[in-house]
Order: sequence, then structure tokens, then C-alpha cells
Amino acid sequence: MVMSQTESAFADAQSLEQDIAVSVQGVSKNYGAVEALKNMSLDFPRGQLTSLLGPSGCGKTTLLKIIAGLLKSDTGKIIVNGKPVTGPGPNRAFVFQDFALLPWASVMRNVAFGLELRGVAKSEREDKAAKYINDVGLAGFEGAYPHELSGGMRQRVGLARALSVDANVLLLDEPFSAVDEQTRRKFQEDLLALVANENKTFIFVTHSIEEAVYCSDQIALLLPRPSRVHEIIRPNINRAIGVESIRRAPEYLDIVDQIWASLRAYVE
Amino acid sequence: MKHRSLLLKVLSALLVFGAWEIAGRIPVSYAFPTFIESMTALARMTFDGSIFVAYAETLKPLITGVAISTVLGIGFGLWIGLSTRFEWLFSPIFIVMQAAPLAALIPLLVMVYGIGLTSKVFVVCIMSMPVIVLSTSSAVRNTPASMKEMAKSFLAKDRHILLKIIIPAASPVIFSGLRLGVSAGFIGAILAELKITPTGVGDIISYSRSIADYPSMYAAIFSIILLAVLFLNLLEKTENILFKGNDRGYVSD
Amino acid sequence: MWFKGYKLPNMSSLLIWGLLWEITGQLELTFFVPPLSEVFVTLFNIIGTPAFTKALYETAVAFLGGVFFAIVIGIPIGIFMGRNRLLDELLLPWVNIFVSAPLTALVPVLMVLFGFGLKSIIITTTLFGIWIIILNTRAGVRQINRSLIEMSTSFGASPMDAFTKVYFWAALPEILGGVRIGVIRAVKGVIIGQLLISIVGFGALFELYASNFLMSHFWAVLIVLFALAFTISEFLGYLERKVSYYAASR
Repeated sequence: MVMSQTESAFADAQSLEQDIAVSVQGVSKNYGAVEALKNMSLDFPRGQLTSLLGPSGCGKTTLLKIIAGLLKSDTGKIIVNGKPVTGPGPNRAFVFQDFALLPWASVMRNVAFGLELRGVAKSEREDKAAKYINDVGLAGFEGAYPHELSGGMRQRVGLARALSVDANVLLLDEPFSAVDEQTRRKFQEDLLALVANENKTFIFVTHSIEEAVYCSDQIALLLPRPSRVHEIIRPNINRAIGVESIRRAPEYLDIVDQIWASLRAYVE
Repeated sequence: MKHRSLLLKVLSALLVFGAWEIAGRIPVSYAFPTFIESMTALARMTFDGSIFVAYAETLKPLITGVAISTVLGIGFGLWIGLSTRFEWLFSPIFIVMQAAPLAALIPLLVMVYGIGLTSKVFVVCIMSMPVIVLSTSSAVRNTPASMKEMAKSFLAKDRHILLKIIIPAASPVIFSGLRLGVSAGFIGAILAELKITPTGVGDIISYSRSIADYPSMYAAIFSIILLAVLFLNLLEKTENILFKGNDRGYVSD
Repeated sequence: MWFKGYKLPNMSSLLIWGLLWEITGQLELTFFVPPLSEVFVTLFNIIGTPAFTKALYETAVAFLGGVFFAIVIGIPIGIFMGRNRLLDELLLPWVNIFVSAPLTALVPVLMVLFGFGLKSIIITTTLFGIWIIILNTRAGVRQINRSLIEMSTSFGASPMDAFTKVYFWAALPEILGGVRIGVIRAVKGVIIGQLLISIVGFGALFELYASNFLMSHFWAVLIVLFALAFTISEFLGYLERKVSYYAASR
């Protein structure tokens, strides 16, 4: 990470204050007459995983894309590491719901694609990509093409691509919704390990209550019509009890029930 | 399995050529030679070299026309696909051209450009260009949005998005548009030779018809269809090799 | 395309091209391009003349006849090919050949076999249109959900019922798509046939106008022809979109 003296000092000061990596301040977004987001404010603590959970139409993906800089908000601003967002930037990396892999490129080129766009030399970016391919458990598939991989493996490629650009905020847009249930559970465990080992901030969009409660340090429960933050929940489940036991822990089940009670009125 | 499909292909060819032979022997018409007579005529033309002379003549407008259509068509298609303003201005012309029987323009082309090579090249161009333009522009327009978004989120510049995302993603469709363009170009080339002035294969067809040498006429027609089919198959094989798996991979399963 | 907050209709740029044509014509840059206004005047003058109505009638008969046979023969063959593997393997190579073969080369054969008249043109039209109809119908039938077929068998549908009540309707979006492309090809086929045989319909009319250098007549007929072709293709596109709603939910 290359940072000037003043920048790092500034970032340190921020982290001392409240350690907020991403801050959403009064963001609104309309599509014509439809209010996708209305005056939304939300903070994402550094080094933690925050889920955006809610029924469809609550604007969670819109919010994520605004944070990524892929969409412009109508009002309000996004602050990432103390600086306002004006567009996509090197401090954020996106993981797509439909993977968005290049079908004509090998796993290696796909993972290195973010670095390729930044003009990193071929040997250097492939070294880096190889490390992350290995980390996500795809060693040996460097030369494979996306159509030769299963859905779960494709998303691992998408994850490796996001990790390889070394951004400190990872934005995940329903990353596991297109993979099967067993793969999904394995993914969730791997994701927890990533959060624990990498000092990155994760923002995770999901529509699965169980997934959100299982993975998150903080859950932002969004409700639609008009879109708003209904509640911030910090599950505080003791993960030391082991991955097997979490799903049976009473606090886990209570939070799932509590969220379902809030959401059920909004499900058609 | 592979055996069965090959066997059936051979069987299917035998059935059709057999039916042709029988129909020729009855004969169904004085102008319907048998399969064997036609193939003998084809062999004769091949050995005395006249068919090669004819194809050298026929392929001239075809290749020139297809080459022009490819370059201009892909260029126009990319431009239309990338710019909404340009699309508004130009795409109606190509949409109308695609739907309209452009062959009707031939008498006009002959008036303007005479009966030489230029007119024939023009005929090939107007037949083959619209489909190339339209498939290129729609391929560009249908680049998966999530791929463009992905590139943008990884800080791609516009130039990168065009070269690394849009063009590779569009190329399978552009290529199959080219294949359709070549097929239409063949139609145009033969039409030009039959309608404007008889040259090349069109000359063999017209001349042998006028002297009632029907086996030669059928042989020439058989050969041009065979040539077109072989060439188009070759293009399709190339396409399959070049873009293997390209249309899959970004859809979830 | 938006202009100062207004959405410009899709085909509106043709007006600009028409204006450009008018200007080119008025400047008398070339003898071959008379002003568009003059072409339209000619158009209204000739549209009721016997020569024009005769050409239109002859073309319409040949076109409708050709399309009729292409559809009536093409769809059942396509359905059979989609359901029967042996038939499919026997016919598919030939359908694939003819769908992209230069069919213009066959017109001289049709002329010697069927004469210089309506019959040859109808057959040309059918030949241009039928192959893509067969291919699309076959593709449509092949992608019918297996459970739909099993459902109809389990409810005791006879083969004929299955044919007319399930396969045809389930494959309708693809069939209509094929018919649309087939009809566009048939329009081209009927004109190519008339040009090569050249003593009937618009083919004869073009020949007459071209040899007498009646440029605005020539363009007038061309405009009518292109407009008709375009209308037909748009209309079929509209029909296709109307059924495509259930293509997604089969």
C-alpha cells in the first residue's frame, strides 16, 4: 500500500476516532419516480463484516454499487478511508453476483485482470494472482476457462480477483446466491476465515437471514418503500464455539427469529 | 455414436442422389439429367480446367465484395453499437436494407456503373453488408452489463473496456454475422452473373442452358452450392475453435 | 436518442435522410437521383395504373403462394425432425446446406423445369423461405420441456393431440421467429425470381423503367417495394413479441 505521510497520518487519526472504514451519509437515489434509496446513513467499522440484509427492492444492491462508485447518488456522500467517493477507486474491490468472469480468458488472466487494468507488468501480476488462486483453493486450475468450472469455483475466481488488487474494502453483491447450498456453507466458513485473517472491511449484500447472522459482525436491516435502515444488529455470537455449533446456538436462533419477525410483513 | 451419425449422413446423401438418378432416368423432364450424367460433366469440366477458369472469374467480385463489406460493415457496426446518436442516424437504413429485397437495385446499379466488375462488387456488397452491420451493432450493444461494470469497478479506462471487454465479448456474434454475410454474398455473386452479364460460373449455367447441355448446367450449379457449403462449413469450424465456450461462462448454472 | 429532453422515435432519422435525398435531387448532382418530392408525385400517379396493379397482383400471388407452401410444408417437417431422431439425422444435413446455399443458382433450373411463369417464381419463393422455418421449428420443438411432454402422455394425449395441442404451441415463439425470417427471405426470393425470369411482376416493371430511363418511376416502385417489405417484417416482429411473453415461462 503506497500512502503519503499525510494520508496515512490522516487515516490513523480517523481510526483513532471511531475506526470507520466506510461511511454513508444521507444518500438518496431515485430511478425516475421510484425512490431506490432515501436519505440513507450508515457506518461500516474497519476490519469487520457488515451485511446489508433486506427483502428485494430495498435498495441494498443499489447502495453497494453507489459505494463502489458504479452508480452516482442523487444526494449525500460516501466517505471511504476519510475521502469522498467520486467513482471506482483502488481502495474498493467488487465481487459480482453473476461472477462477471471473462469467458475467453483463463482463470489466471481473470484473477490478474484487475492488475492488468492497472498496468502491472505481466510477470508481477501473475505471481500475485497465483498466490490468491492458491489461497481460494483453485491451485491447478490456472489454465482452466470459466465454462470448465462449477458455479462455486467460478465465484472463487471472482473472489481471488477482488483479493488480488489488495483493496482494503471488499464489496460482495450476493456472491453466493448462484451457488448450491453445500458450496455456499463452505464459502461462508471461508469468508469468516478471510475476515479474521485479512485486515479488510467487508460489505456483504445478502437476502438470506441465516447467512447474514452466521457471517456478520454487524447487520444493517433495510426495509423498502421507502428504503431505509430499519435496525442495526450486532449478533455477537461467540464464534469460538466452532463452526458446527454456531447454527445451533440459542443466540443465533433468536436473532434469526427476530429478523424474520421484522421482515415478514414485507414479503409478498 | 460417431459411427451412427456418419453412417446416416452417407445414407441420407445416397437417398437423395439415388432419387435424383431415378428421376433423371424416368425422366421427369427432358431438362432433368441423371446424377451420373451431371457428375460426369462436372468431372469433364474439372479435368479440362474450364471450371477453374470460371471460378477465378466468379470469385473476383465475391471476394472483393465480401472484403469491403467486412471492413466497412464491422466498422459501421461498432460505431452504431457504441454511440446512441449514430445508432439513431444510421441503424434505420441498415434495418430497412436488411428487410428489403435489395436485388431490385440491380437494374439501377447497371445503369450507373455499367456491366463490369464494379456493378458485381456492388451487388455482393449490398447483399452482405446489412447483416454484418446489424449483427456487429447488436453484439456490441448486448455486451453483458456486469462485465462492463466489473471492468469499471477495477478501474478500466474506456479504451480498455472497448478492447478488453466489448470486442472480445462481441466477436462470436460478429463472426457468425460474417458467416451470414458471406452466404448472402454468394447469393449476390451468382445473381450478378446471371442477371448482369454471364461470366464465370454464371456463364457456364446460362450458356449450357441455351444449348440444352443440361448435365453441364446442373454440374455448374452443383459445384457452386458445394463450394459455398464447404466454405461456410470451414468458417463455422473456425468459429467453433476460436470461440469455444465463449458463450457460456458468465451465466450461472 | 434524446434531443433537448424529447425522445426521438426510432425510425425518425429516415426523415433526415429523405431531406438529404431531396436536396441531392434538387441540386441535380446526378441524373439517377431525382428529388424525393418528384418520386412521390410519380408514385401517386402510377399507383393506380393497370401496369402497377398488375405487377403488384402478380407479385402478391407469387409471394403469398410461396410463403403458404413454405409454412405449410416447413412447420410439420420441423416438428417431425424435432421429435424423430432418425428423420432428423437424415434431413438435417440437407436443411443446413440449403439454408445458407446460394439458391439463386437454382433459379435457372426451375426456369427450364417449370417454365418462365408463376410456378417457377412460387417455387423460388418457397425455396428461399422454407429452410429457416424448418430449422427454427425443429429447434423450438427440441427445447420443449420434457415434463410438458410427459404431462401430455400421462393425461393420455394421442400422437395427433400431442402434435397440435402441445408441440406446436410450446414451440410457437421459435416457430414465429422462423416464419418471420423465412418471410423476409421469401420477399427477397420473389424479387430475385422476378428479376431473373424478368417478364412478370415488378421484375418486368423494373426492366421497363430502367431501359426507358424513367428514374422517378424506378425509385417510386422501389420505395413501395421496400416499404411493403419493411411493414411485413415489422408486423411479424410485433406478432413474435406478442407471444414471446410465454417463451420465458414455459
